[in-house]
Amino acid sequence: MNKELINLIDISKAFDGEMVLDELNLNIHENEFLTLLGPSGCGKTTTLRILGGFVTPDKGRVVFDGQDITGMPPNKRQLNTVFQKYALFTHMNIAENIAFGLKIKNKSKNYIDDKIKYALKLVNLEGYEKRMPDSLSGGQQQRIAIARAIVNEPKVLLLDEPLGALDLKLRQDMQYELIRLKNELGITFIYVTHDQEEALSMSDTIVVMNQGYIQQIGTPETIYNEPENAFVADFIGDSNIIDAIMLEDKLVSILGAKFACVDTGFGHNKPVDVVIRPEDVELTKPEDGTISGTVTHLIFKGVHYEMEVTANGFEWLVHSTGMFPVGTQVGIKIDPFNIQIMNKPASEDEEAVGVEE
Amino acid sequence: MKNSKSSQRLLSSPYIAWAVIFIIVPLCMVFYYGLTDKTGAFTFENIAAIMSAEHAKALWLSLGLSLISTVICFFIAYPLAMILANMNVNQHSFIVLIFILPMWMNFLLRTLAWQTLLEKTGVINNVLSFLHLPSLNIINTPYAIVLGMVYNFLPFMVLPLYNSLVKIDPNVINAAKDLGANNVQTFFKITFPLSIPGIISGITMVFIPALTTFVISNLLGGSKILLIGNVIEESFTQAGNWHLGSGLSIVLMIFIIVNMVASAIFDKDGEGSAL
Repeated sequence: MNKELINLIDISKAFDGEMVLDELNLNIHENEFLTLLGPSGCGKTTTLRILGGFVTPDKGRVVFDGQDITGMPPNKRQLNTVFQKYALFTHMNIAENIAFGLKIKNKSKNYIDDKIKYALKLVNLEGYEKRMPDSLSGGQQQRIAIARAIVNEPKVLLLDEPLGALDLKLRQDMQYELIRLKNELGITFIYVTHDQEEALSMSDTIVVMNQGYIQQIGTPETIYNEPENAFVADFIGDSNIIDAIMLEDKLVSILGAKFACVDTGFGHNKPVDVVIRPEDVELTKPEDGTISGTVTHLIFKGVHYEMEVTANGFEWLVHSTGMFPVGTQVGIKIDPFNIQIMNKPASEDEEAVGVEE
Repeated sequence: MKNSKSSQRLLSSPYIAWAVIFIIVPLCMVFYYGLTDKTGAFTFENIAAIMSAEHAKALWLSLGLSLISTVICFFIAYPLAMILANMNVNQHSFIVLIFILPMWMNFLLRTLAWQTLLEKTGVINNVLSFLHLPSLNIINTPYAIVLGMVYNFLPFMVLPLYNSLVKIDPNVINAAKDLGANNVQTFFKITFPLSIPGIISGITMVFIPALTTFVISNLLGGSKILLIGNVIEESFTQAGNWHLGSGLSIVLMIFIIVNMVASAIFDKDGEGSAL
């Protein structure tokens, strides 16, 4: 891991008496693609605005490269933001938009011209200097917003749901573009989104947030495969979250049936949540399964079939390339590695809440 | 399609009738009278009358006073509109109400009220003399006329400015600061240029009524100060010379048209029409 660049220390922020962030601590490393992920109102945008200097925290400190910048105004900070809905200057052409930050810093005309060329090349929009922002498509405007930010050579680029307004195809293209940009520039990206797929495909590190608290920090793989609580499991991808009892190390009772698992250290007969991803549920002949049930729904999704199986009183969500018609008796088997055991939430703050999409 | 078009035409007919009777016909009459003499013969004399010393003086004075009033209105209204635009909805609706409230009162009454306030033995001077301060003698001077213009037309400057400022995405301002601009640079490079359509509308909406007013100059300027509006009014009502009045009106119309064309070029979004 590279050295730490930004430390958020005990950050709290309330708007109109409503707690948005509660003693948040987060360390961001150099050259990291870090994503703040969560439902709307979870505090991710506020965190980004505190980093950008547009919001002052009520409590806590922001340390950048060893220097406390909590009270520093945005125009003095060595980071640049790509705003939601682009926020281009509509009265200036593309070249003037990109040159804005450099002109403020009194760079020479040659330097600025070179930078504009370089930035437009980087975002694949060469020759657009004289166009006005209104004449560009959403995706192009987004690229210009990125170009406008990166010509200032920030150490950190903050991106506030930059792909939110784009259509699906363009969003996927821009995801690759952003990864390429980050690798070419070698700077830290801090990315805010509510789109779990975006977060999983681009990030080095994902910070899952809910109601002002960090729920889990980890690589995309860790977040997906080993969610620490029901909220993270529910928010990232589809999952079966089931009440269960940890009988002993490596043995869990799910809906009355004993399943082998790999987790240890939860104690004896302890109530837990288990997460089983739909693609990890293996459907077999009824006599081969650990438990058995009936297929109640079947939808073809392209890559796989999505089925619902009622077994032991629970509706299991199953993704499988094999098709089992509605009404079929099936058995359910789960690989011990694919059973993720989580402690029940200790406090209300960690409780999974309805995810708005 | 045909049906909907003809029904649209039918629905617009009251307005078309209105426009013809009250706008087109009077305009034609103005042009007829302006371009003829008493015998009905075609002449440019009524228009050329603007060159006479008395009329030219009135026109220059009108242009000067309306320009000054517009500038004063602008400098009062811009900061006010910025404050309003940065307020949340609950706060600003109250302030906007305070500003619009006088507009619901009759224009003549408001101006008459200023006459009473400014008189030599009026309310203001009574208060000043009670406080042993020197009295204010601006009634029947150009100062009083400018005061009346600014007071009456200020809301017409505030509203278009407010409309254009409130439309600026706060993130655009944030983006400028994010790119290193301080507050002053952000204002002159971003906020101000983006509010130009509102500025043009505001200028038009103050300058034109100020240029053509005769009520304000009548009530606050005494009969001594003649604006072009007063000259036109007098030629209709006192001299009974419709030809001269119409001719001078055409001259005034040229200034108005120039101003409106300029505003149409800059105010493409029609922010002034948001009133």
